[in-house]
Amino acid sequence: MNDHAAEPVLEAENLSFSYGHEPVLDGVSLTVAPGEFVALVGPNGSGKSTLLRCLLGLLKPRAGEVRLFGAAPADLRHRWRLGYVPQRAALAREMPATVEEVVGAGRLARSGWRRRFDAADRTEIEHAMSSVALLEHRRRRVSELSGGQQQRAFIAKALAAQPELLVLDEPVAGVDAESQHRFRDSLTHLVAEHSAAVLLVSHELGAVADDLDRVVVMRRGKVYFDGPPADLVATGVSLGVHHDDLPLWLEGLVKPDNGT
Amino acid sequence: MLSLPYPFDRGYMQLALVAAVAVGASAPLIGAFLVQKRLSLMGDGIGHLAFAGVAAGLLLGVWPVAAALVVAVTGAVGIERLRSRGRASGDLALALFFYSGIAAGVVMVGASGGLDASVLSYLFGSILTVSPADAWTVVGLGAAIVVIMAVLGRALFAVVLDEESARVAGLPVEALNTVLAALAAIAIVGAMRVVGLLLVAALMVLPVATSQLVAGSFRAAVAVAMAVGMASCVVGLGIARVWALPPGGTIVLTAAAVFAVTSLVADRLLHRAGKAPGRTVVPGSHLR
Repeated sequence: MNDHAAEPVLEAENLSFSYGHEPVLDGVSLTVAPGEFVALVGPNGSGKSTLLRCLLGLLKPRAGEVRLFGAAPADLRHRWRLGYVPQRAALAREMPATVEEVVGAGRLARSGWRRRFDAADRTEIEHAMSSVALLEHRRRRVSELSGGQQQRAFIAKALAAQPELLVLDEPVAGVDAESQHRFRDSLTHLVAEHSAAVLLVSHELGAVADDLDRVVVMRRGKVYFDGPPADLVATGVSLGVHHDDLPLWLEGLVKPDNGT
Repeated sequence: MLSLPYPFDRGYMQLALVAAVAVGASAPLIGAFLVQKRLSLMGDGIGHLAFAGVAAGLLLGVWPVAAALVVAVTGAVGIERLRSRGRASGDLALALFFYSGIAAGVVMVGASGGLDASVLSYLFGSILTVSPADAWTVVGLGAAIVVIMAVLGRALFAVVLDEESARVAGLPVEALNTVLAALAAIAIVGAMRVVGLLLVAALMVLPVATSQLVAGSFRAAVAVAMAVGMASCVVGLGIARVWALPPGGTIVLTAAAVFAVTSLVADRLLHRAGKAPGRTVVPGSHLR
């Protein structure tokens, strides 16, 4: 995989998108390098969800270009290189799927859905479950787990394909402190062990604030800030676990006259 | 003819048993996925479309089963498209096709000179008058469904877990959904003339509801649903013979009774265990 080391895992250039006449993205550019840990933050309505959907190839931008590992999203051949954990991933109560089945479903991106799992696949599925501390719960129904544990099961599902870029949509929203810390551990582990890049979409950073390489702040469809967290802190925003005033600061960005 | 004990001692009962068990094994296999997609009433909706198809066939002088198959498959794929494109939620998409289907059927039957028994015989065929050829057709259809689902099962499971991440992972989500919808339509139309619409549509859902109460995994749920489906057919058919009841309805009532009893027992066990650590069954949660 070293031959890909130089090219960015994700590149978005001048993306624009609108719902009807309402512009949601307005000339957004964003790059994520291999192994980089980036947070995309912004208040509600700033366009970060739309941006995320464009980056994943689920939505076609009106203008601009997205490249994943150098290819357009639709042309990406090795899909396993991109892992995705959707927002509020959870199962209906009556869905009888176990942790192992859910995580195994994530492996299909790597193994191919027509082939049976081999020993290597099963090892990776186990590895993914243990990296989110759910190995002991592998045979339990996901719907019986706590919200935080369910979220971790879905992260393990994405990890099972050993992605080179992991995209997470609001992974820590409404999740208990223990799960936040386990979540942080599994992410830092992923970055260290597989040198995978992580793009985290959130409106709070909580436990991961210290590990970030870059923070990208969206405001009303544009990139408002893009740089290391230290530079953001220098503008007076505290990002610590206990004094995270990012959500408050982001809310301030919504007001029309809060200029740069 | 095999020498089976009463109530399966007669040849017609044995053919009915073969056809019913084939449906009992294959219908829940499709239903296990439809239920997770909130399309539990898909079978019923397809029945309404099949009615329109049969009527169109009689009106145009085409073999009604073929016409029903075309209309049902087209409609089922249409329901899936409406749902997946977000134009309508699953139940609304079903309703749109339900009512259009039944209305089209009524109009066409009227145009062809009124409702006669032949229309009904296609929809509510009687399982006790199954010919050997019909019985083996249903068995062949059931076997084909089992094989196809064995191949597609894992991918379909990933799709029902989360469609968006399945799409991001490069699974052929549209194609898988289309195949599932088409397979449901083929199963319904193929079996309805033989065992009756009610039986196929109900066996897609009721055994699955039961399996969700007790199974510890999705794989186990599918196996339990198939077992419950087949057992309901054997028991229901036997009861129907003993008490001279309509067999299709009796089988469906048996499957419903299995659900009711399982639900009560599961609740009781849950109650005794305090809070069940293994299986959690929330009363009524399956009905949401």
